[in-house]
Amino acid sequence: MIASDNATLTETLLTDPAAGPLKRTPLYELHRELGARIVPFAGYEMPVQYPTGILVEHAQTRTAAGLFDVSHMGQVRLTAKPGQSAAKALETLVPGDIAGLQPGQQRYTQFTNEAGGILDDLMVTSTGDHLLLVINAACKDADLAHIQKHLSATCEIEPMFARGLLALQGPQASQALARLAPSVATMKFMTGAYVVIDGAECYVTRSGYTGGDGYEISTPAEATEAIARKLLAQPEVKPIGLGARDSLRLEAGLCLYGHDIDTTTTPVEAGLLWSIGKERRVQGGFPGAAVVQKQIAEGAPRKRVGILPEGKAIAREGAEIAIAGKGVGKVTSGGFAPTLGRAVAMGYVERAHAANGTKVDLLVRGKPVPAEIVPMPFVKHAYYRG
Amino acid sequence: MSMKYTNEHEWIRVEGDVGTIGITQYAQEQLGDVVFVEVPAVGRTVAKGESVAVVESVKAASDIYAPVSGEVVEANAALADTPGDVNAEPTGKGWFFKVKLSDKSELDGLMDEAAYDAFVKSLG
Repeated sequence: MIASDNATLTETLLTDPAAGPLKRTPLYELHRELGARIVPFAGYEMPVQYPTGILVEHAQTRTAAGLFDVSHMGQVRLTAKPGQSAAKALETLVPGDIAGLQPGQQRYTQFTNEAGGILDDLMVTSTGDHLLLVINAACKDADLAHIQKHLSATCEIEPMFARGLLALQGPQASQALARLAPSVATMKFMTGAYVVIDGAECYVTRSGYTGGDGYEISTPAEATEAIARKLLAQPEVKPIGLGARDSLRLEAGLCLYGHDIDTTTTPVEAGLLWSIGKERRVQGGFPGAAVVQKQIAEGAPRKRVGILPEGKAIAREGAEIAIAGKGVGKVTSGGFAPTLGRAVAMGYVERAHAANGTKVDLLVRGKPVPAEIVPMPFVKHAYYRG
Repeated sequence: MSMKYTNEHEWIRVEGDVGTIGITQYAQEQLGDVVFVEVPAVGRTVAKGESVAVVESVKAASDIYAPVSGEVVEANAALADTPGDVNAEPTGKGWFFKVKLSDKSELDGLMDEAAYDAFVKSLG
């Protein structure tokens, strides 16, 4: 009998019993109307897929445009108190170069802890007058408390958790959104601007979580549904659930908090050194800086890598990575990559075995599946850089 | 004979002393797009309740259990290349494997169609 760590079919089909009342985004009724399968996710009732299914939704986003409801994510606005700098203040909590953000520029960074571990990852955009933060749904209450504890003396902190957040992603996202708001067509990747859509003032960034071109649109709560309907009325656009969001980000090699990064992984181990400002690597000044600087200088003990299994078996989160029967790491995300029609994975391995081309085995249901460490992303990024 | 069902959302259709086994329409709908199926080796002896196959959707891997004891006499090798058959025809082309039953009385403990339909309804 094969040792198995799979769910039973019954367990897989069971929806998690709700731990306390679940929240709903402004688009809940629309998701129901569109026939979404709703599941509990990070305390919200969210659409995991619509009737066409994850593979069709994935292909839609890679070839045309997909609309995602990501209103469960947290949005926070920081404004400097008189005589203070919000960017300098935020830099005491994150390793990213925030002070260097020009108005309208966006950056990816992480909240770190004293051990250099990652409390959450986030996007930061400077409007000139404010910093706009987008944080993960499951972390947002803890993040807010963390920000309030450390930045209340220097910043006005406004959680905007009721606002809507829509992601419009895919190669035709630009032409679709530009029909409603022409100015977005020329925005470059990782920039943001206030844009009026359907009469409502929104904040749009050219960014996303698919590896492709696209936008995230922060909307007033009460305007979210009307804007979503306007976007869905565009011929290029279809609704996309969390299932395809996960397969899209996996192909793009992007980290999922709580899986590929968490409090036990540093940004260096996670391969996120690119997101740490050059001066900040030297000067530090963020929690865990000493650990991160030591890893930059000496190398991290382990690294996040891309892994391509041979054959069709899918190695999922938790699968052991071994060389000649000896464990060298673990898979943190793994699944079927619809664009490639094959399984892919990412995980952490000891530094000595992290080089591209290294042959490893992934233990899937107790059986070794030959695999190779490969560069990420698995599917080439297609960001719009102008 | 007609189909019998398990509370693990599998069906078995017995002709003579050989049962063909797959997952139900409800199961495939709930799983979503199936992207990988691992079927047991022909000749393997399986016990009722033993994990013998795997079905993976984009989101998750699930075990498939032998609903009866016996010997695997055929497995649906075509699913390796066309796992989507499980979604398209769960009780047809999407069958998983066939077992030569060692104890036909094990079928008595399984649900008939009416009982399984009521079971699915009870899941909401």
